[in-house]
Amino acid sequence: MDTSSSMELAYGKPDSIRRTRTHYCAGCGHGIIHRLICEIVDEFGIRENIVSVAPVGCAVLAYDYFDFDTCEAPHGRTPAVATGIKRVLPDRFVFSYQGDGDLAAIGTAEIIHAANRGEHICVFFVNNAVYGMTQGQMAPTSIVGQQTATTPNGRDPKTEGYPIRVCELLATLEAPAYIERVAISSPQNIRRAKKAIRKAFKTQLEGKGFSFIELLSPCPTYWRVDPIVAMKELEKRMIPVFPLGIFKDWEQET
Amino acid sequence: MGKKILMAGNEAAGEGAIQAGCMAYYGYPITPQNELTGYMAVHMPRHGRVFLQAESELAAINMVLGSAAAGVRAMTSSSSPGMSLKQEGISYLAALELPAVVINVQRGGPGLGNIAPGQADYWQATRGGGHGDYRCIVLAPHSVHEMFSIMTTAFDLSDKYRMVTIVLGDGRLGQMMEPVEVPDSPQPQPQPPPKPWALNGCKGRHSNKLHSLLLNEDRLEALNVRLQQNYALVASTETRYEEVQTADADVVMVAYGTSARVCKEALRQARKLGIKAGLIRPITLWPFPAQPIRAAAARGAKFLVVEMSAGQMIDDVRLSLDGPADVRFFGRMGGNVPQWDVVLENITTIAKGK
Repeated sequence: MDTSSSMELAYGKPDSIRRTRTHYCAGCGHGIIHRLICEIVDEFGIRENIVSVAPVGCAVLAYDYFDFDTCEAPHGRTPAVATGIKRVLPDRFVFSYQGDGDLAAIGTAEIIHAANRGEHICVFFVNNAVYGMTQGQMAPTSIVGQQTATTPNGRDPKTEGYPIRVCELLATLEAPAYIERVAISSPQNIRRAKKAIRKAFKTQLEGKGFSFIELLSPCPTYWRVDPIVAMKELEKRMIPVFPLGIFKDWEQET
Repeated sequence: MGKKILMAGNEAAGEGAIQAGCMAYYGYPITPQNELTGYMAVHMPRHGRVFLQAESELAAINMVLGSAAAGVRAMTSSSSPGMSLKQEGISYLAALELPAVVINVQRGGPGLGNIAPGQADYWQATRGGGHGDYRCIVLAPHSVHEMFSIMTTAFDLSDKYRMVTIVLGDGRLGQMMEPVEVPDSPQPQPQPPPKPWALNGCKGRHSNKLHSLLLNEDRLEALNVRLQQNYALVASTETRYEEVQTADADVVMVAYGTSARVCKEALRQARKLGIKAGLIRPITLWPFPAQPIRAAAARGAKFLVVEMSAGQMIDDVRLSLDGPADVRFFGRMGGNVPQWDVVLENITTIAKGK
């Protein structure tokens, strides 16, 4: 059958993602999340109006994959850099993209204060419960019992404390406009994640303030399981610790 | 002609930054520079510009990084312990070749030290301060009016060379009040050079990226070579200094900032006594003005370096010399300011050949 003249592209790369190979490991969640963000960028048609901020960690090279203006930030200072951009360019769309070490350990102060000021930025927080870039150490979000390079016998709450639930923490603040936790563990959850990202974009584009989307994501390499098992582990072990849902929503407030 | 206003040095630096077209200021409280943050809190919004009190010095310098990346003139200020916290951000600014201005109203150290004036952050300012091979342009005002007027130079040099400019003051300069000549009518806003690298949305062009991560060794070396070439250009063209009565001087003092003020009085008193004293006051601490030091040495002058430290700038005086010279030092520490009469005693001793 000759379909060459009638074939329509049903599913391709978003325009705002660069056509390049990524450095991510097989089964990593960053590729899915990059794609979701870029699909929403295309949906709103704002590629030329964006300045994004990449973190230190596995996603540091995000600036090579996003085809819009992007800045590197020192480790954890990502929301401060985003603040400095948005305050002088209030009509540009500004988001930061951060991992769990960047956001919930070294950058704890920066995220809390950016959220508390209600900065008109979006923060996409990728939580895979481990430091991937530096060979799999314990993250602030590693779950109890999780074996990592620095907790070889499993995270022990007596000495290492408990995983930090960032959405719940930020939801205690008055200023944030939208906070939601999603997971990218199944097609259904990925669709929910995309909806959450769209809402975050809408929050900023309509001038409602600070939005924060936590995305639970797999790290097969440092969870030491294969990619399909990692998705199942994400549902079985992470979601019970980090419940999915909306923690703040400006559209629901009276 | 302008009008004369009595201002504290910290306020003068703030007004100078505003007149230099500073569009964003990010501060964090620390004594003895709080009047500067306070001035900006009142005056930046009046000019429709950004003032923000950050949650830390770390956040403040990285907000500066964001605004500088967006292509506008941005500034932060602090004092010694806070400057240590800013060094990470300054290293990134240097690597990203971003222009920015940072004021350090130095106090006594190390550690928490005290809130009295100091000059012990000279090495930190002039040697880079953070990690990696980089330099900052370092300007040293010595009066309240100069705290005001040097700000335009600070921003212009910063934009011209895409470097961080540090204005190295001290608690005495920040706190004391002197007349400042402020222009009557608003001056035309300085036009920063075009910044095609700025991150402001990629309309009509390819997307811009600002990053210092260069995993390929040759690419990172190429960045370093480019930085060093830029620094060499700055060193050969931008040294600034003031010379006072050095032509016939037997004893040449070398001092900057508040110490230079004290030395000017010691010089005046020495000349009254018939002692041929002179002063070289570096205005750029980096690049350091080696030429007048070498010239004075060639004339046979002896040197007295005066600092509010254990002796830091004296390294640069020695590095400036081509051959042996008599270089002495007088310094006070802990927030103490040298007294002119003690400096005069030092001059007298050296002049007598002791």
